Amino acid sequence: MSEIKEVIINNDRLATDEYLVNMGPQHPSTHGVLRLLVKLEGEKVLNVQPHSGYIHSGIEKMCEAISYPQIIHLTDRMDYLSAHMNNEAVALCVEKALQVEVPDRVKYIRTIMDELSRLASHQLWWCVFGMDLGALTTFFYGLRDRELILDIFEETCGARMTVSYNTPGGVMFDIHPNFQKRVKEYIKYFKTKLPEYDKLLSGNVILRERTEGIGHLSLVDAIDFGVTGPSGRASGFSCDVRKHVPYSAYPFVKFNEILDHRCDTYARYEVRVREMWESISIIEQLIDNIPAGDYAVKMKGVLKLPEGEFYQRVESARGEFGVFIVSDGKKNPYRVKFRSPGFSNLFALNNMAKGHKIADLVAIMSTLDLIIPDIDR
Amino acid sequence: MTNEELKSYLTERFPEAEIKTGPQYVEMTVSNASLLETAQQLKQSKETSFDYLFCLTGVDYAQNMGVIYHLESLAHRHTMVLKVKTADRVNPAIDTVSSVWITAKYHEREVYDLLGVRFNNHTDLRRVFLDDDWGHPLRKDYMDEVRIVER
Repeated sequence: MSEIKEVIINNDRLATDEYLVNMGPQHPSTHGVLRLLVKLEGEKVLNVQPHSGYIHSGIEKMCEAISYPQIIHLTDRMDYLSAHMNNEAVALCVEKALQVEVPDRVKYIRTIMDELSRLASHQLWWCVFGMDLGALTTFFYGLRDRELILDIFEETCGARMTVSYNTPGGVMFDIHPNFQKRVKEYIKYFKTKLPEYDKLLSGNVILRERTEGIGHLSLVDAIDFGVTGPSGRASGFSCDVRKHVPYSAYPFVKFNEILDHRCDTYARYEVRVREMWESISIIEQLIDNIPAGDYAVKMKGVLKLPEGEFYQRVESARGEFGVFIVSDGKKNPYRVKFRSPGFSNLFALNNMAKGHKIADLVAIMSTLDLIIPDIDR
Repeated sequence: MTNEELKSYLTERFPEAEIKTGPQYVEMTVSNASLLETAQQLKQSKETSFDYLFCLTGVDYAQNMGVIYHLESLAHRHTMVLKVKTADRVNPAIDTVSSVWITAKYHEREVYDLLGVRFNNHTDLRRVFLDDDWGHPLRKDYMDEVRIVER
């Protein structure tokens, strides 16, 4: 008893030392197997060191042994929420190298599928973000809406997440006869549901208190760290590949690049919610105007790329995704590199979380929207 | 600047470098000794201002090891490729550009991990994905003992 009294009186002995805590690799807020080595002083974060590689699958090495149409099926497994965009990047890169021009119908279908994927990805992000902050209800709202998009994917290409719908020269099959009707129904439905997201979370006092002014990432740092996608745009970094290097049907549609200059966790939250409105608008512009024609160009059985180096950039749901192919003229690539948005975004975490509380670290990490296979590849 | 303008500008500015137009971008190959200085000039010069490094790749070209930097300027919206090669395959070493673009620090760790290229003056050169006793799998002389992948 006397000892406890002494501790309370002597303030010096209550001072905490710095200590290291492993967050992960199985921590629920890392959404996968990522380990953060966090240096703490009490609850304050002094330093965060990400350790990745737990699910490194050597995709780049595997690509060197297989043919170009086969590579597409591996890219699904990296960022499984932007599977369609990843597929498209490889398909576009191969088409560029072979100088194949795909029909407009293919471009329209690809872009509609891109935006549906983006919607599904942002919905999942939104519901998990709420859950990371302790709001379980959002999880059910988000998944309810995402499920319907996955149903459309399933009907169109047989798979719900790892779609592998693209192929060099077009898409695997033509769209299902119900596709246009179902997408239009869905957009009509989701336009009534998206305002609920704002009602439920955006104006919530607890959410505002926990996100505003937290996790500041300045514009200069965003560019220097290569933080792209909604996370970069929330720092005012105009990095939307759809706008600056348009591909597929993006040159045909009007949409805004959502920029925010508040640079904090709330800005990253709001950019994603506003991007969902833009995706809806893009789909609405395209869905009624899908031109008639072939759904694929007839390609050779064995694709051999000319010697050289080819690069293709696309905008995935997390940021700029790039495919870099070095070809030596054979049927499989000499070297393939995937520039994954998650890898660059992850390493900005230390810069953003320093000086904040450990609970804020969870919120900051959540707004970076990390997908671990995308980082580890 | 368009690719042609960029090419003529670079030819004038960096006479020692080897410059050609690739399928998409202007490609400039520099020696390791002038890499850091070239990178700084490309970023700081007002005409080029390449402030965004969007991809950093290591490639094993069999005779030599190469590192490829894809650069974009946000002010001018032009893109180029910077390349550096080293003939030393046993102990390949290249100067780090992480003082110019911070993101290079992490991409260089990945290149070191998968290809075994060391980066001089790098402050934190650890492997990103694999264990320390693992080989460097993207090298062409890597022995794939269990034949997971065979080209």
